[in-house]
Parts: sequence; structure tokens; C-alpha cells
Amino acid sequence: MEEFVLMKGNEAIAEAAIRAGTDGYFGYPITPQSEVIEYLAAAKPHERTGMVLLQAESEVAAINMLYGGAGAGKKVMTSSSSPGISLMQEGISYIAGSELPCLLVNVVRGGPGLGTIQPSQCDYFQSTKGGGHGDYNLIVLAPASVQEMADFVSLGFDLAFKYRNPVMILSDGAIGQMMEKVKFKPQQPRSKKSPDWATTGKTPDRERNIITSLDLDPARQERFNEKLQAKYKEICKKEVRYEKIKCDDAEYLFVAYGTSSRICQKSMQMAREEGIKVGLFRPITLWPFPYNEIREMTGQLKGILSVEMSAGQMVEDVRLAVEGKVKVNHYGRMGGIIPTPDEIVENLKQKIIGG
Amino acid sequence: MADDTISTKELIKEENLVYKKSKILTDNEFHYCPGCGHSTTHRIIAEIIEEMGIQSETIGVAPVGCSVFMYNYMDVDMQEAAHGRAPAVATAIKRLLPEKYVFTYQGDGDLAAIGTAETIHACNRGENITMIFINNGIYGMTGGQMAPTTLVGMKSSTTPYGREVSLMGNPIKMTDIIVNLPGTYFVSRQSVHTPANVRKTKKAIRKAFEYQALNKGTCFVEVVSNCPSGWKMNPVDSNKWMADNMLPFYPLGDMKVPEDQD
Repeated sequence: MEEFVLMKGNEAIAEAAIRAGTDGYFGYPITPQSEVIEYLAAAKPHERTGMVLLQAESEVAAINMLYGGAGAGKKVMTSSSSPGISLMQEGISYIAGSELPCLLVNVVRGGPGLGTIQPSQCDYFQSTKGGGHGDYNLIVLAPASVQEMADFVSLGFDLAFKYRNPVMILSDGAIGQMMEKVKFKPQQPRSKKSPDWATTGKTPDRERNIITSLDLDPARQERFNEKLQAKYKEICKKEVRYEKIKCDDAEYLFVAYGTSSRICQKSMQMAREEGIKVGLFRPITLWPFPYNEIREMTGQLKGILSVEMSAGQMVEDVRLAVEGKVKVNHYGRMGGIIPTPDEIVENLKQKIIGG
Repeated sequence: MADDTISTKELIKEENLVYKKSKILTDNEFHYCPGCGHSTTHRIIAEIIEEMGIQSETIGVAPVGCSVFMYNYMDVDMQEAAHGRAPAVATAIKRLLPEKYVFTYQGDGDLAAIGTAETIHACNRGENITMIFINNGIYGMTGGQMAPTTLVGMKSSTTPYGREVSLMGNPIKMTDIIVNLPGTYFVSRQSVHTPANVRKTKKAIRKAFEYQALNKGTCFVEVVSNCPSGWKMNPVDSNKWMADNMLPFYPLGDMKVPEDQD
């Protein structure tokens, strides 16, 4: 049986990548996630599984390497942090538009611009609402622990290949840098089979495979977009993931993901000691967002506080979910500041209970 | 006179055949302008893939530019890369499928402007890919704007009074840059404006494919080409203009020949 090990979130992603049978990692160093490529370089993945590891000349090159590798039918991934992910947006749009599977990891830091290297959740809009050009969506997974950093690698690849769609693990600098115990799944072999759409060389038994997002014919381009939207609808129906903590008797609700959801657990405990019945709803998939699951709770709730390390991005989805039936407000810190449990309780009192 | 004329029936007999379309070219009609060098270069690449018998082992990467639809014409697996990124795309394909032949096909804007970093770094890493670079000194697809390789004084829609060095800098000789990188194994500059040059280009591109199997580095062939529409000339005049003006600045010939090969 595998033992627990103590590891950084970034390192856990890297070890999990090797164990998931990843064929290729292409990346460019950026704080606070450079441990991913450093761990991989030290771990000699080529000797362990034959996995390809390449430090690209830029994030732009890295994401286009993912496009090429994914088009060849391989399990490919990259990791970066906010400014690097911004550079990748064109490539991500091409990958979504060519219906290719891949895994992206964003260990978010404060922005905008060069911002800071401290943790933040300010890339929610970019991750869940498209980011690049065109009508597309990523499947976005939000880990709240080092264990989930590891677990979401294989989950991410499974979803990416199931739907031929890019999947993003949206983490933050706190989870990337903190050490926790983590248990890994056993080594999975790299796949020897290629999907039938992959560019592996045209054999006489099939037509040539072409990976492209280009179609100048408006009617065909619209049909393709309709096909994409149908796929996204199916994902919304089948792949919503979330966690509810102490929600049965809750009159108030924190909605928070990732690092914020961890802090909210402490805030919840403090508030309940004061007799405030507050629960925690943690979206695990940020896209598809658990609209229905939050809406179903409106009957029992007097108010919701959306807690994020941002100016208030996810709060818009929480408001969409409750359709005005319950008061919703936002509390967040920006610029790399992590909120404390007591200031969250204070804001629950001021903005929701007393307000 | 009628007695000397070969009948249509005779003409199509196998033994009278002097030229045929490569099986690697699909039946889709080229969208290229009459007289454009893209069509000839496509044909050359198709013939080489057919002659080497590597259709099932070849993966091509198309650019953004006039040849964006290259995958419509080649009966091989292909990927359409974002503007300038073909070398990065090809890098990953080759690293993940090291037994395959991987080639890129890019124009001057794609390879030498927006994709400069990817070009230099793929060549510097010595990626075992074949890179074909069509240099016609202009952006053809978007309507004849200045390219990084547009000659000094040459007119384009964004240099209507001619390229001025003080404002737009000098044309970049990308092949002269990458030939100096130790990662490149075979580098050649050719053209397709005469039958003799077509044969030389075919020889160079054939080597660039054959050497890929040696895993010794990047094989790079620049094809100096014309753009009758962009240059606003008929095909014959454009080829003459190219020979008189482009070739003195972009001289033809092999620029790096492996010592262990010749």
C-alpha cells in the first residue's frame, strides 16, 4: 500500500503527472509554480515512463507544443501562473476550437499585469468565461488541498479525453506552495493506443487526419459552433462537482473554492460557536458551475457570502444561481492578501446578517 | 500533317506518359494565384513523400498565410498551426512520435516575423524536423503588406512609397541567422522560378527529409518565391523581377552541408 508523503502542491502535481501516464509536459518557469517543472526535471520521467519533458522558449511556444502533442493523440500538459496563462490564451482557444484534449494548470498569483507572486483567485473570469477568443469553455477544476492537486491530474485527463476539451486545474499560490500529506495512485502505464482522429501518419485504411479550427464557410462554422455548444451542455449536465459542509441546518452560506474554502471552514466554526448557523458550499468544478445545486438551497437560506481572493468574480455566478431569491454579497482580498477567518465572520455579520 | 499527330488514345498510354500528378496530392484544386511558387513547392514535397514511400509516417504542419489550406492538398496527416507557431507544434509532434517524419511549411511573415522566436529556438534545440520556408517578400493572403523580408525600396500596401530603412529597418535574412546555430544540420536556399531551379529545390528538400531520419538536427530549406498578385505583375515578369532583385539579396545554394554526408 502506498504511504502518505509530505509534499508541496506543485510537486504533487508533477508526481501525479508522471503516475497518470502523461506523455509530455511542456512549460516555462514562472513563480509561484516553477516547482512543477523542477520536480519533473529531477524525477527523470523519461527513465520512469518515457514521458517527454521540455522547457519551452516561452508560454506561447509551450501551449502550441500542447496543441501539436494533443493533435498527435498524446496526453500532454503544462503549468503556469497568471501572466503566463494570459500568454497562452490564443493557443488555448485553438485547442478548444480543434477539440483537442489537454491539461492546463494555473497556480494563480495576484494581478493585473506583473502584479505579485503572492496567492490570488483573480483569474476566475479568465478561466471560466473563455479567456481567449471565441465561444468556448474549459472544464475548470478547483483543488483545495495538496491531495486534490494530485487527484485532479488524472481526473483532468479523463475529462479532457472524454470530451476532447482542454481542462484547467485552477489553483493558487497558497496551495501550490504549501506542504501537506498526500497519497498517490499507483503508476499508470502510458497509453499505447492513439485516438482515431490523431495525426500519427495516414495509413491506407483511413482518410488523412487534419487538426484545424479553420472553416471559412459560415454555415459550416456555425454548425461546428452548435456542436461545441451541445458538448458544453452535456458537460454542464454530467460533470458538476461540489462539496457541501454543514449545509443541512444552514441559514447562511459561504460559497468559496480553493484556499478561500479552507479559511471559510474555520470561519464557519467560529460563527457557529456564536450560534450563527452557517454552512459552506465549495464548488469543485468552477465550470460547469453548480448553479442548480446552489439554487436548490435558496429556500432555507437568509443570505450568502461569496468569499474569494479577488474583487468579486465568482459572486456573479452565485447571483445568477439564486436568481435574486436570496441576498448575495462578496467579501475578498486582493493583491496577494489572504483573508483571515475572523474578518470573514465580521463581513458575514455586516454584509449579510446585519445589512 | 494529321498523320504525324499522336491520337488522344495513344497519348494517354502509360509508355507515353512524361508527367503525372503525385498520388500524395489530393484532387482539390489549388487556390493559389496562377504562377505562384507555392503550387510548385507543394508538388515537390508531395513527390518526395511519394518517392520516399513515407506517406504513412509523415505529419505536416501548415502555417497561417497563403498556404493555410495546405492540408487540403496533401494526402498526409496534417495540423494547422496558429500564426508563427508551426515549429513549436512540430517540436512536440516529433518528440512524442520520434519515428515519424515531421515537416513544417511557413511563409516569411509566419516564420520570420511573428514566429521568429519559435523558428530560432526550434533550430537551436536542433529539433529533428524539416522546415520549409517560402520567402516571397510580402504578405500575400492579407493583401500585399510589408513582410520582414520585403526588400529595401520595395513597394507594398503598407510601404506604398517603398520600404525605407530608417522607418522599417532592413529585410531580415532568417536563413543566414539559423545557419549559424549548431542545432541546424542541413540548410539550403533555393527557388522554383525555372525548371533547373525546381530540380535543385527538389534535391534540397529531398535531402532535408532524408536527413531527418539521422536525428542529427534541423533541416531547413528556404524557397525564394514570387508573388504575382502581391507584386502586381504577371507570372513571367514576377519571376524575372525576382531573379533580378530578390536573388542578389537572397543568393541561392546550399548554406550548410553536413560534413559527414558530402
